[in-house]
Amino acid sequence: MTSDVSDRVSPSPDFPAVSGAPGDEVLLGARLVGSRRPGRWVSAGVLLVVAAMVVHTLFTNRRFQWPVVRSFFFEDSIVRGLELTIWLTAAVVATGYVLGTGLAAARLSSNPILRSVSFFFVWLVRSVPMLVQLLFWYELASLYPHLSVGLPFGPAFASFSTAHLFGGVLAAYVALSLDVAAFSAEIIRGGILSVPAGQVAAAQALGLGRWRTFRRIVVPQAMPAIVPASGNLLIGMLKATSIVSVIAVPDLLYSAQLIYNQDFQIVPLLLVATLWYIVLTTLLSIGQYFLERRFARGSARRGAGFGALFRGNLPLFGTGPAAGPLS
Amino acid sequence: MTAAGSALPLVRIRGLSKSFGPRRVLDRVDLDVAAGSVTVLLGASGSGKSTLLRCVNHLERPDAGFVQVAGELIGYRYATGRLHELPARQVARQRSRVGMVFQQFHLFGHLTVLENLIEAPVAVRGRSRASAVEQARALLARVGLSGREDAYPRELSGGQQQRVAIARALAMEPALLLFDEPTSALDPELVGEVLAVIRDLAATGMTMIVVTHEIGFAREVADAAVFLDAGRIVESGPPAQVLDHPRHERARAFLSAVL
Repeated sequence: MTSDVSDRVSPSPDFPAVSGAPGDEVLLGARLVGSRRPGRWVSAGVLLVVAAMVVHTLFTNRRFQWPVVRSFFFEDSIVRGLELTIWLTAAVVATGYVLGTGLAAARLSSNPILRSVSFFFVWLVRSVPMLVQLLFWYELASLYPHLSVGLPFGPAFASFSTAHLFGGVLAAYVALSLDVAAFSAEIIRGGILSVPAGQVAAAQALGLGRWRTFRRIVVPQAMPAIVPASGNLLIGMLKATSIVSVIAVPDLLYSAQLIYNQDFQIVPLLLVATLWYIVLTTLLSIGQYFLERRFARGSARRGAGFGALFRGNLPLFGTGPAAGPLS
Repeated sequence: MTAAGSALPLVRIRGLSKSFGPRRVLDRVDLDVAAGSVTVLLGASGSGKSTLLRCVNHLERPDAGFVQVAGELIGYRYATGRLHELPARQVARQRSRVGMVFQQFHLFGHLTVLENLIEAPVAVRGRSRASAVEQARALLARVGLSGREDAYPRELSGGQQQRVAIARALAMEPALLLFDEPTSALDPELVGEVLAVIRDLAATGMTMIVVTHEIGFAREVADAAVFLDAGRIVESGPPAQVLDHPRHERARAFLSAVL
């Protein structure tokens, strides 16, 4: 019988022999029970209590002044500020990505001058705080009172006074666009470098032209690396436009500030701005999700459906999103 | 080294040299490949086989020497005592007549099998999509992959991917096919299906240059065998002679190691 065998097998230090151990039939008849993991229940309980407290205080602390928040939510000046925030973000990101694509191409080119200039620009812009850049452009008139178009070191054909040229909005547009250009250049460069060189060699061997190879073979395969980082940059820039309030550009935040500077309802108006930022960010996140799905063609990581993504995170102790295979 | 009975060789390589930094990977290589023949390039890794192959469609730019395919200089234009490198568009046109199959397949991962096959015929040859699709289906049938049109490359085995890669090269109706170790990345049981496709192509009279370590395949299919060592051709001739009675010491050592 089995007990005879277990008596004779020399026990390993990890599995000391147990006298009177149950036999095979007993073990086969036993029910399997998972480990208890009490830590899960404790931490979940603590977090649920904290969440309940947050929700409770949102509704019971009268100093949030939700009726005031509601009355100002669609206020004309707030909506105009919201519009400025939206189109400034759109213009800055669009311009920045056009410049950033050029900078990435320059950095990846075989021309050492182009490579160096691109590297220097990215280095400079990333080294200077965005707020400082913004102030520099706003103060451009004191650095260069006149800008002129003409030959380098030669005669000028036309001249402009910068004091009239660089208002707050233009200064914000230029400063933020250059910032996006530098950061997007690195994102795009990283995406392009993530495409294996063999893909380009195969396209060339088939006789595909350089532009066709870039557009049809490189770009689609670079996008899975570019989109998530770009979503990050776009959302970051949406919120970063709020620094234009320091140079009196009436964006969403500054419009709220203008109101609370008069009636001192600071918290409710900050909440108005906050809620609008949350709404915009949520919309952008949803857009990013669908863009990522679009570019997941042929890859192993085809995202789960949008509903499944949320359902997977909801059940506390159910089967959450499965961990990816170790590869 | 040309197959018997041919007139002008389809591929003429003369004085081809190439260095990567201080390392000389090709050293004044001369080689003729007869139309309709199969030439295998043998040699240890680092002997210059792959570089030689990549020079034939100008994926590598040689330091000296030239390659001609069907009488046309590859990658260069002769004028007043100089060879001027051709603009990218003309190089692309030349490459479109020379098919290439890579060790790592390099199928376009974001495109389906069918899209992989019709991309170049539509973009480069200007074929209609319908006729390109029709041709692609015929080619997939030829490599034994009918019905896998809508699969993505990562859903296929290595052997299937390599057969798709061969079909993709054939879709351009090349005058010459280059194979860069087409079976070296495959599991042993998948090598046979790829070699069978190449064998069938040889039977149709396709001109091919094949870098390979498959000695049995070389002996059976090749019309000519070339052995490279340190960037030089040290042995060339009919496979029976090169493989079974190598005169050069390095060739003897290599062949006794792989056989």
